[in-house]
Amino acid sequence: MSELWRLTAHEAHELLRRREISAVELTQSVLRRIEEVEERIHAYITLTPELALEQAREADERFAAGTATPLTGIPVAVKDVIITKGVRTTAGSRMLENFIPPYDSHVAERLRRAGAVMVGKANMDEFAMGSSTEHSAFGPTRNPWALDRVPGGSSGGSAAAVAAGECLIALGSDTGGSIRQPAALCGVVGLDPTYGRVSRYGLIAFGSSLDQIGPIGRDVEDVATMLDCIGGHDPRDSTSNPEPMPDMRHYLGRDIKGFRIGVPREYFVDGIEPGVREALERALRLFEGLGCEVEECSLPSTKYALAVYYLIAPSEASANLARYDGVKYGFSDRSHPSMWENMEHTRAKGFGDEVKRRIMLGTYALSAGYYDAYYLKAQKVRTIINREFAEAFERYDVLVTPTSPTVAFPLGSRLDDPYAMYLADVCTLPAAVAGLPAISLPCGESEGLPVGMQIIGNFFDEGRLLMVAHAFERAFGWANRLPDL
Amino acid sequence: MSLSREQVLHIAKLARIALTPDEVERFREQLSSILDHFALLSEVPTEDVEPTAHPLPLRNVMREDVVQPSMPREDVLLNAPEQEEGMFRVRAVLE
Repeated sequence: MSELWRLTAHEAHELLRRREISAVELTQSVLRRIEEVEERIHAYITLTPELALEQAREADERFAAGTATPLTGIPVAVKDVIITKGVRTTAGSRMLENFIPPYDSHVAERLRRAGAVMVGKANMDEFAMGSSTEHSAFGPTRNPWALDRVPGGSSGGSAAAVAAGECLIALGSDTGGSIRQPAALCGVVGLDPTYGRVSRYGLIAFGSSLDQIGPIGRDVEDVATMLDCIGGHDPRDSTSNPEPMPDMRHYLGRDIKGFRIGVPREYFVDGIEPGVREALERALRLFEGLGCEVEECSLPSTKYALAVYYLIAPSEASANLARYDGVKYGFSDRSHPSMWENMEHTRAKGFGDEVKRRIMLGTYALSAGYYDAYYLKAQKVRTIINREFAEAFERYDVLVTPTSPTVAFPLGSRLDDPYAMYLADVCTLPAAVAGLPAISLPCGESEGLPVGMQIIGNFFDEGRLLMVAHAFERAFGWANRLPDL
Repeated sequence: MSLSREQVLHIAKLARIALTPDEVERFREQLSSILDHFALLSEVPTEDVEPTAHPLPLRNVMREDVVQPSMPREDVLLNAPEQEEGMFRVRAVLE
């Protein structure tokens, strides 16, 4: 078998378990694939082939010793906003171009413990601020389905690596849609777990009341497997949910007959491409065919989520990114006589335009005289959005919407208009603001490009979310379809 | 909502980001236009609505006040741009 990189993680696990392939063979296959396509895709900022082969050898020993887990020996990409001890972690920024973390994040620790193989650190928009991965200081990632298109963002490198066969599964982070939107645009599956489900210890902070780590994979079973590995309580993140997490794979392969699905009409209005709408309409009929009750509903405050998010996230970012002062770590301009001037020039040279824009937007929204009108107002409207979701979940098991109003857009087409770029997240922002779990999975094609469907669940109800997603995936039959490259 | 050049310079000072004159103008236009879109929020009545700072009903999380190991000093200083005698070195703070 020459193209082992085509396997899903659970298929590869079966072959590894039966000793039909070795972890070293699997890793070599992925590394060869990277050599073949990475120049065109640019999914990675840093590749770690030597570490990967060493971890693959250890994985083979674990299979021999009978201590393997479902992720042992599986080649994984880790978004470069997640710190990895001894492996450069940049957050896509010049500011951290040479930053070598002295400790591991919670999720990196879990991956090591599970025996996963890390092949590299995935490209991303700088500090996770963007929807196209074009705001990376290390150059854009290209969409494996069409090289002149963006992969989405900010976890565009993770999603593109999964779609291009440059890893089997990846970790991303989602603040306003950064896992789900690139998963949709790259035709793969991305899960943003409930806020508090996965510890952010060692995740470089962007918007602390929104940030969450989650998996991107080729099918629903793979993302469930990864959530089983990384989820659960961690005392080092005080927002981490203290309740134990149920086994997520337990929810797969079940009947969803009689499930109530709400379809909020506000997601189907202006700006949605006809091809995306048609794919979603067909998906809803498929749910009816599976015995679900599909009903249109209304979440009237959906239209405010974009403004709420783009006030709250930049405000939190302006505080979180104050730490980049050129003193403790990171880029430092030391050519000026005073510490303050050095700090201002360190930040001027170390940050890219989008990061500066958001820091300034947040600084303004929090500043004296504007706090009530912007930040506090946004927090109050956030309460109203949350309330509407809570009411909807009294009537429905899950909500179904498009993940993105459009398929992958051309590289460069939104770079000069920051607000047009913000609109790319319009469907993923409401669930992010509410902290709800949501998954994106492929539900069709338009113009030869993948269309993503978003399923939103209630708090800590990833189980039901995965149940619905898995039932759809099996009925629809797109899982693990990869582009020709 | 139109920001003035002075406002942009004030924000940049608070955020400690040095801007070139071109950047001041570009950010002035872009930030003004983004803030225009946010004016939409003023139509939402929020008199009796509590703000949400955090999506989960978690309160302060405490642990026992017991000394725990911290990161070794060498590790903390591993990425320091400049260090001296186990400390971060900076330029003069006071003039």
